[in-house]
Amino acid sequence: MSARVGVVTFPGSLDDRDAARAVRLAGGEPVGLWHDDAALGQVDAVFLPGGFSYGDALRCGAIARFSQVMDTVKAAAAQGMPVLGVCNGFQVLCESHLLPGALVRNAHLRYRNRPARLRVETSRTAWTRLYEPGAEVVFPAKHGEGRYVADEAVLDRLEEEGRVVFRYLDNPNGSMRDIAGVTNEAGNVVGLMPHPEHAVDELTGPSNDGLGIVASVLAHLTGAADTSGVSR
Amino acid sequence: MSHLNVAVDTVGVADATPDEKQPWAELGLKEDEYQRIREILGRRPTQSELAMYSIMWSEHCSYKSSKVHLRQFGQKNPKTPRLLAGIGENAGVVAIDENLAVTFKVESHNHPSYVEPKQGAATGVGGIIRDIIAMGARPIAVMDSLRFGAIDHPDTARVLPGVVDGIGHYGNCVGLPNIGGETYFDPCYQGNPLVNALSVGVLPRSRLQSMQASGVGNTVILMGAKTGRDGIGGVSVLASATFSETGEGDARPSVQVGDPFTEKLLIEVCLELFDAGLVVGVQDLGGAGLTCALSETAAAGDGGMHVDLELVPLRAKGMEPQDILASESQERMLLIVDPAKAEEVLARSRRWGLLATEIGTVTDTGRLVIDFHGQTVVDVPPKSLADEGPVYHRPLAEPNDLQLIAVDRAETLPRPTTPEEIRQTVLDMAASPNLCDKSWITEQYDSSVFGNTVLGTPHDAGVVRLDERTGVGIAISLDGNGRFARLDPYTGAQLALAEAYRNVAVTGATPIAVSDCLNFGSPEDPHVMWQFERAVTGIADGCQKLGIPVTGGNVSFYNQTGRDAIHPTPVIGVLGLLDDVHRRIPLGLGKTGDTIALIGETREELSGSEWASVKHGHLGGVPPVVDLDHEMKLAELLSRLAETEQLAAAHDLSEGGLAQALVEAICHTGLGAQILLPEGADPFTYLFSESSGRVLVVIPRGQELAVRTACEQRNLPITPLGVTDANTDGLHLRDLFDISLDELEASWKGRIGAVLGE
Repeated sequence: MSARVGVVTFPGSLDDRDAARAVRLAGGEPVGLWHDDAALGQVDAVFLPGGFSYGDALRCGAIARFSQVMDTVKAAAAQGMPVLGVCNGFQVLCESHLLPGALVRNAHLRYRNRPARLRVETSRTAWTRLYEPGAEVVFPAKHGEGRYVADEAVLDRLEEEGRVVFRYLDNPNGSMRDIAGVTNEAGNVVGLMPHPEHAVDELTGPSNDGLGIVASVLAHLTGAADTSGVSR
Repeated sequence: MSHLNVAVDTVGVADATPDEKQPWAELGLKEDEYQRIREILGRRPTQSELAMYSIMWSEHCSYKSSKVHLRQFGQKNPKTPRLLAGIGENAGVVAIDENLAVTFKVESHNHPSYVEPKQGAATGVGGIIRDIIAMGARPIAVMDSLRFGAIDHPDTARVLPGVVDGIGHYGNCVGLPNIGGETYFDPCYQGNPLVNALSVGVLPRSRLQSMQASGVGNTVILMGAKTGRDGIGGVSVLASATFSETGEGDARPSVQVGDPFTEKLLIEVCLELFDAGLVVGVQDLGGAGLTCALSETAAAGDGGMHVDLELVPLRAKGMEPQDILASESQERMLLIVDPAKAEEVLARSRRWGLLATEIGTVTDTGRLVIDFHGQTVVDVPPKSLADEGPVYHRPLAEPNDLQLIAVDRAETLPRPTTPEEIRQTVLDMAASPNLCDKSWITEQYDSSVFGNTVLGTPHDAGVVRLDERTGVGIAISLDGNGRFARLDPYTGAQLALAEAYRNVAVTGATPIAVSDCLNFGSPEDPHVMWQFERAVTGIADGCQKLGIPVTGGNVSFYNQTGRDAIHPTPVIGVLGLLDDVHRRIPLGLGKTGDTIALIGETREELSGSEWASVKHGHLGGVPPVVDLDHEMKLAELLSRLAETEQLAAAHDLSEGGLAQALVEAICHTGLGAQILLPEGADPFTYLFSESSGRVLVVIPRGQELAVRTACEQRNLPITPLGVTDANTDGLHLRDLFDISLDELEASWKGRIGAVLGE
C-alpha cells in the first residue's frame, strides 16, 4: 500500500493539482485536503502547494496560517509528520512558525520566472533523503516574494545545524546566503521557494529532478517503521 | 429608499413626461437611434433604459460598423464538424475528439491599457478568461500580443512595464501559464498601444454551456465581486448631464480594477456547478456589465426576465439603477438555475467564500423588466438591446497615399555589401527592439503552472497537453504585422494568418481553427474602413482556402489619436491539434552533425521588412507574396515529419528573415551552426528577405534523404544550408564571416531592460 500524501487546497491555491500529480508519479497516493476542514484524513505526510492563498491578503501566507487545516498540520508536524511547503506553502510554514525566517519581496522587486539551479545541501530531512548531499537539481523558481531573510543569529544556527536544505547557485531574488529552502530541527518540515512539482517530467519541466522530493518522503515513510527519527 | 436623494426615473414617470429632454447625444447616440428607441418602447426611455441602449448600441457592444463586413466569416467559413460553437458565442468551441473540446478567443483591451496600463491589461486578461469559463471550460493558458510606441519614447517606459505587470499579476495569481505571444514597437502605436489577450480552455463536450435564460421560473443569480462605480463610462456622462444637483461625486476611474483571487474562485465554483449539472445558462459580465449580461441572456432565452436591482450587492453607497446596470466591476458571472437547485448553488459558492445572490427570475413576458425598490425602471424587449442594434454601411475609400507608397519599394534601398557590413547588420538587427530577446517581459509570467506546458516562449507556438493518458494536446500562435497590413491590408491580414498557421504547423500540430482581433483606427474615416474591409475579406478568403473556420474574436476601432490612425493591425490566433505532444517539434538546432536546411523559396522581398524599418526607417512597396496552397502543403509536411519523428527542430522564418532565425536557434541552444549559403545567392537578400512560407528545419543524421524525398513529393523546395556543431562558437557563415555566441548574445539579450533603465 502506497503512502498517503495530503495536498491542501486553500482558496487561491494554484499548484494543488500539480502537487498531486508529483505524488502520483513518485508512487504515492495523493489525498485532497480542504483549508476549512481540520481533518487530515489519515494521511502520512502533507504537501502545502504554491499559489496565492486567500489572495495574498495582508501578507503571503498570513491568513492561511489561521486556517482550520493548519491547526492540525501544526500538531501533526510536532509529532513528526513530514510536511513540505513549496512557494506559497513555504510562506505559510514561515508564517506558522513551523520554519524560521520570512520571505519578502524579491530584491529586484519583480516577479521572475526562471529555472533555478540548486544545490541539495543535506539529505538529512524527510523530503531529501534520496538525494546525494551536494547534488545539483533544477526546479523552476517563479515568485515575487521569495527572498529568504532571517536575522544573522538564526542564519548562523541554520548553517551550524545543517538545516539549509537547498541553496541557489544563481541567486534569483537576493535571498540571504543564497538560501532556497530550509528545514526544522527534526528534519520533518521542509520549505522551499522553487517548484519540485513542476520538475517531474522533461516533457513539461526543466528536469525531472523534483520526483526525488516525494520519492524521499515515501522512502522515509516506509523506513519510518524501523527507524525512530529522520536522521540516519 | 431613504438613501436616494433624487426621484427615480421610472417607466411611469417616463410615460407622464414624454417631452423630458434626454442626454442621448452625450451618450453617443445619434438622433435617429434615439427616435428608434422611442418607437420600440412607444414612449421616451427611462434614464436606465437610455443608458442600456446607449451601451448596447455602442460600437463596442453592437459591432455596428463592422457587422456588415464580419458576415463574410459566416458566409465563407468552411463547414467542419469540429465547430461546436462559433461566432456570436462568448468564445468559439472546437471538438478535439469524441470527448474533449477546446475553446479559445483573443480580445483587445487597448484603450484602458493606455489610460491605466497595469489595471487595463490585467482586466483584459480577466475578461477573456471569463469568456472561456462561460463556455463551460477550464481556462488552461493565456497568451498576449502587445504593441507599443517607440521603445525609447518616454511614455513607453510608463506603458510597457505597467502592461507587463498587469498581465503577469493577473495571470500568475489566477494560475494560468502564459505560453507565448508577441511584442512589437512602432511609433504608430505611441498614443494607442495594443493589448490583445488570448485565453484557451478545455472542456468535456458534455459540459458545453449556453447563455440562454430559458425555463420560466428559473432563478437568476449574480455571482462574484460586488458591484461598484468602476468602469462607468457612458453613465458618468449621463450623470453629469442630469444629476449634477445630486452632489454624488462621479469622478471615479473609468478603468476597472481587477482581482484575480476572486476570478480564481469564480473558475473553481463555476466548474463545480457545471459538473454537478446545476446551471441552465451562464454569461460573464465584461464590458457593459449587467446591462449586457441581462439583455443577452434574456434575448437568447425563450421568454423574458424580471430583475430586482436593489438585490445586487454593492460596494459603493448611493448608486442609481443606471449606475448598477452600467458598472463594469470585474469578476462577476450571471447564472440561470433551476429554483430547486438555487440553494445548492449558493451553498457551494459560500464554501469557497464567493458571494452569490438571487436577483431575478426568468419569465414568459417577452420583456426584460427591472425593478428598483419596487419601481419599474426598465421594461424593454431584450432582443432590441442585444440583437437589433443599428447597422452602419460606412463609406469606404482607398487611402490616397497607397499608390505612392506601393512604388516606394524597399528593394531599391542601399544595402550592406561587404561581409563585414552584412555581419554588422546581423548584430544590429538582433539588437533591434522587435527582434531582440523578450525575456525581460516573459520572465514576469508563470509558464509552468498546471504542469502541462510542453512548449512556451520563445517557441513559435505554445503547446499544451490536454490529457496525460493519451498525450493529446494543442498548439496556439498569435501573430500580426501592422506594417504589411499598412502596405496592403488584404495581403497583410493573410500574411498574419499564414504566419500563425505556419507557427502552429512548425510544432507538428495540424491547424484547425482561428480567432482574430482586429485593431484599427476610426471607422468614421473611410480610409480606415476600407482597410478594415480589405483585412476582413483577406482573413475570410484565407480561412476558406485553408479550410479552417474563424470561431470568434473581437474588433477594436478608434485606435487613433487625432487624424493619426495606427497601422491596420489584424492579429490572428490559430489553434492546432497534436495527437501526441511527445512528438512536438521544438525550436533549436538538434545535436552535432544534424543537417540544417531551409524549406520554401527566398525571393527578393524587403518591402515592409524589419531591415527596411530598422536601417532606413522605411515603409513602402508591396508586402511579400502569400501562397496559401504552399502553406497547406508545408503544414501537412511538418505534421507528417513530426509523426515520423524525422525532424529534430524547426523554426518559422518571419521578421528579420533567415539571419534572425539562425540567431534565435543558436542563442536558444548555445550550439554552433556552420552555414554555407547556396551558390549564386545574394547573401544579403538570402539572410534578410522576409519571403513568406519558409521554415528552417534541423534533420537528424540519417534522415536527410527521407526528408528531402518528402519535400519533393509535395513539390516543396528544400535547400541544405549546413550542420549543427557544438564545437563551432556561434554562427559560422562560410566564406563570409563568424560571430561568436558571446557576441550574438551581447547583441540579442538584455536590450529591453537596458532601454527601460534596468
